[in-house]
Amino acid sequence: MRKLALSDEILLTVEKPARYIGGEIGSVQKDLSDVSIRFAMCFPDVYEIGMSHLGIQILYELLNRYDDVWCERVYSPWTDLDAVMRRDHIPLFSLESQTPIREFDFLGITLQYEMCYTNILQVLDLSGIPLLAKDRGTEDPVVIGGGPCSYNPEPIADFFDLFYIGEGETRYRELMDLYRQWRGIGEGMNVLQRQKEPEEWNRQGFLRAASHLPGIYVPSLYEASYHEDGTLRSFTPKYEDVPAVVRKEMVSDLDQSVYPTAPVVPFIRVTQDRITLEIMRGCIRGCRFCQAGQLYKPLRERSVETLKKYAAQMMKNTGHEEISLSSLSSSDYSGLSDLLQFLMDECGRQKVNIALPSLRIDAFSLDVMNKVQDVKKSSLTFAPEAGSQRMRDVINKGLTKEDILGGAEQAFKGGWNKVKLYFMLGLPGETEEDIRGIGELCNDIAMLYYDTVPKEERKGRIQITASTSFFVPKPFTPFQWAPMDPPESFLEKAGICKDGIRSQLNQKSIRYNWHEADTSMMEGVLARGDRRLAAVILKAYHKGCFYDAWSEYYHHDVWLEAFRECGLDPAFYTTRKRSEDELFPWDFISCGVTREFLLREWKNALAGRASSNCREKCAGCGVASYGVGICPGAGYIK
Amino acid sequence: MAYKLRLKFNKYAHMIYIGHLDLMRYFQKAMRRAGVDISYTSGFSPHQIMSFAQPLGVGVFSNGEYVDISVESLTSSRQLVKALSGVMAEGVDILSARLLPEDARGAMASIAAASYTVSFRTGSEPGFDLAQALTDFYNRDSILIEKETKKGSRQVDLKEHIYALSHDAGENTVYMLLDASSGGNIKPNLVMETLYDFADARLGEFDLIVTREDIFAEDHDASGQRRFISLNDIGKDY
Repeated sequence: MRKLALSDEILLTVEKPARYIGGEIGSVQKDLSDVSIRFAMCFPDVYEIGMSHLGIQILYELLNRYDDVWCERVYSPWTDLDAVMRRDHIPLFSLESQTPIREFDFLGITLQYEMCYTNILQVLDLSGIPLLAKDRGTEDPVVIGGGPCSYNPEPIADFFDLFYIGEGETRYRELMDLYRQWRGIGEGMNVLQRQKEPEEWNRQGFLRAASHLPGIYVPSLYEASYHEDGTLRSFTPKYEDVPAVVRKEMVSDLDQSVYPTAPVVPFIRVTQDRITLEIMRGCIRGCRFCQAGQLYKPLRERSVETLKKYAAQMMKNTGHEEISLSSLSSSDYSGLSDLLQFLMDECGRQKVNIALPSLRIDAFSLDVMNKVQDVKKSSLTFAPEAGSQRMRDVINKGLTKEDILGGAEQAFKGGWNKVKLYFMLGLPGETEEDIRGIGELCNDIAMLYYDTVPKEERKGRIQITASTSFFVPKPFTPFQWAPMDPPESFLEKAGICKDGIRSQLNQKSIRYNWHEADTSMMEGVLARGDRRLAAVILKAYHKGCFYDAWSEYYHHDVWLEAFRECGLDPAFYTTRKRSEDELFPWDFISCGVTREFLLREWKNALAGRASSNCREKCAGCGVASYGVGICPGAGYIK
Repeated sequence: MAYKLRLKFNKYAHMIYIGHLDLMRYFQKAMRRAGVDISYTSGFSPHQIMSFAQPLGVGVFSNGEYVDISVESLTSSRQLVKALSGVMAEGVDILSARLLPEDARGAMASIAAASYTVSFRTGSEPGFDLAQALTDFYNRDSILIEKETKKGSRQVDLKEHIYALSHDAGENTVYMLLDASSGGNIKPNLVMETLYDFADARLGEFDLIVTREDIFAEDHDASGQRRFISLNDIGKDY
C-alpha cells in the first residue's frame, strides 16, 4: 500500500483531500527498482484545472511507455494546503509515489497561460528547488518548460534550465538518452542503486549538449542586450555551437503518434470531466488575434478510423459519461459527419453524452445538436469576435453577419431560443462604431427571432448573452506589433458597449458580461515581455502573489508595486507602439511561420483586408517548410 | 426485465478521502468500465439505477458498504465480482454481489443499525481506564445528551440508540452497534465524545480511527424478538 505524504490530520483539514492522494484509475505505478529516470510532470495550477489538460496526459503516456522512465504528476497545492506545507516544512510531492519532487531527475512544467507564472515559483519553492536556474546544483532536478507560453519564454527564462519548444511527442527519447549519458546511468541501473551513490555530474555539460537537440532552448546559453529606449538590441548564443534559432518541433503524422487511450480518471469532478478526443492539430483559419492558430500550423488531421478506435478504447478504459472533441475549429475537420455519426451510435448504445465543441452553426451541426442535446436547455454559440464587418475583416474572422443570422434563423426554427456571442474589445484600430456594432448585432438576432418564430410557438423570450474579453496581443501573431489598450480605455469601451446594448429595442433580452481589465493588462505584459521581467515576477511572488489566474487571488496593486521597485514600466510592454523592424524577445524562436508573413498580415489588417484560409489558397506563411499536413507539396489529400 | 442486485464493498487506504458524491461517480464509471449491463433511467440524460445504503464520512474506513443496482441481464455473482474487481482502484474491493428478492426494500430504506470498530491513533490513546469507563458508561440507566438537529437541539437518551458496546482489551478497540435508522442515526464519534465527557476527558478531533464493520436491517424472530440481519444476508448468490 502506498504511504501518503500528508498526515490524516492534514488531509482531513484541507479542502478536497482527493487532490493530493493520487491512486486514480489510469495513474501509473512503477517500482523504483525497475526505472532509471524519474520525471515529475507539473501543471502549475490546482488539480482540477491541471487534470483537465490533454497535453499533460499525452506526455504522461509517452514518458511512461519508456521502460526506464517513471513519469508522475504534481499540481499546485491549493492555498489552504500551501499554508500548511510552509508552516510544517512539508516538501512538495508527486501524486503517484508521494515522494518529494526534489528527488526527481526532471521537473517538467507546462505553460498554458501567462497568469500561472507565479505558480511556477510556488511549485519550485515548495519543492525546495532554487527559484533561479543559476542557483541550482547537482542535487536539483532539471527544470523544463513547455507549452504555448514557451514560445515567448523570456519573462520566465531565469527560472528554467531548458525549454522544449513545440510538440512534445518528438524529442523526449533523445533527451532522456542524453541525460543517461551525461549522468552515467548504465544499462539496467535503477533509481535505488543511483540513490546509494549520489554522484557529482556535469549539469552544465548536459545542458550545453541538450541545446544541440532540435527544439531545445537553454536560456543560460544566450545573452540579451538592450538599446537605451529599452528595446532589444541583440539576442545571441554565448557559444558558437549553440544554435541562434530554435525551431519548433512538430508531429508529422498524428495517426502514428502516441495517444493516451487510458488516461487518468480523477476521483473528484474536474473542469473537463470527460473523454477528450483530439481530432486534429493546427487550424486553416488565419484569425489574426489567435496565437494557437499560428503556433500549431499546419492543419494535421487524425483519420476517422483512428479516432473511432480511440473513442471506443477510451470509453472502455475510463468509464466517463461524456466525450468531447478537441481541436481549434472542429467544423473544419474533414471527417466530422462520419465521426459524429459513429459517436452518436456508439454513445447512444453506451449511454455516453456527446459534448459538442463550438461548431459552425449550419444545417448539419443543428441536426447533430438536435440529436445529442436537449434543445430546451442548450444554447447556440457564435464567436464573431468583433461587432462590425469592417473589424471582422481586420482580424480576418471569416464569419459574416449573414452567416450568423442564417445560422440563427435555422436554429430558431428548430426550437432554440438561447444564443451566446463572444466578442473582443480593444482590437487594433477599433472605433466607437465597431463597438456599437456589438449591440446592433445582438438586436438583429433578437428581431430575427420574433420575425422567424410565430407568437404561439415561442417558448418565452429570446435570451442573448454577449460576452466581451479584452484583446491581448500575442507573439507570433500579426498583432504582435499592435499597441494594447490601457485598462482605462478597456473599461471605457466596455461602457460604450454596454450603452450600445442598452439603447437597443430588445435590450431586455440581452445580457452583457465583460472580463476584468487589470488581469488582461498583466497578461499583455507577460505575453510580450523580455528577460528583465523575471525580477518583477520574482518580486511579486515574494510579496505573496500566486494563483494570479484566479481573480480572487489577483492583486494588481502588488504587481504594480513590484514593477516600480524593479524600475520597469508595464506600459513599455503593452501600450507602446512597436516599429516594424523592432527585434522581439521571441524572434530567436521559429514556429515555421515567418516574420515577413506576419508583417504582411499586420499590414493587411491595418488596411482591413481579409486573407484566404489554408484550404482556399496557400497564403505562404512559411510553415510549408515542414512539408507536413495540409501544406502544398506535403501530399495531403483531403 | 430488470434484476435488483446488492454489492458489498469495503473502503480503505487513500479511498477513505473520497467523499460520498465522488464515490457515487466512481461507481458509475466502474460500471461502465466493467461492462455491467446496468439499467438506466430514460430521458435526455439517462442515469444508472444505483443507490447507496448510507453515506460514509470522509476519513472513515469500512468493511461493509452496500450499493444496490438494477441490471438488465444476469451473469453470476462470481462473474460480476470478478468483472468489477478488474476495474477497481486500490482502496475499494468488491466483496460480494447478491440477487435481491423482488420484494426486497432498497438498501437505504431498510437500514436499522450499523456496527463500528473504533481504535486510537498512536499517541492519542485515552489517558483513563477505557474498559472501566465503558462499563460504567453502558451500565447507566440513561445517557442524556443534547443532540443538534435542523430545528435546534433536543434531548436524546443515547442509551436507547446503542445496541451493543464492548472493549477489546487485546487490541484496545471499542466495538459498537448503533442505531442507523433514518430517525435515530448515531455516529460513533458522538458515543466516544460522550464517554470522554463522563470520564472528564477531552476527545481530540483526530484521535479516533473509525471503521464501519457492517450495516444491518431488522426483523423479528418467531417469538417477536427484534433481531438485526446484515444487508449482505438479505439477497442470495446467483
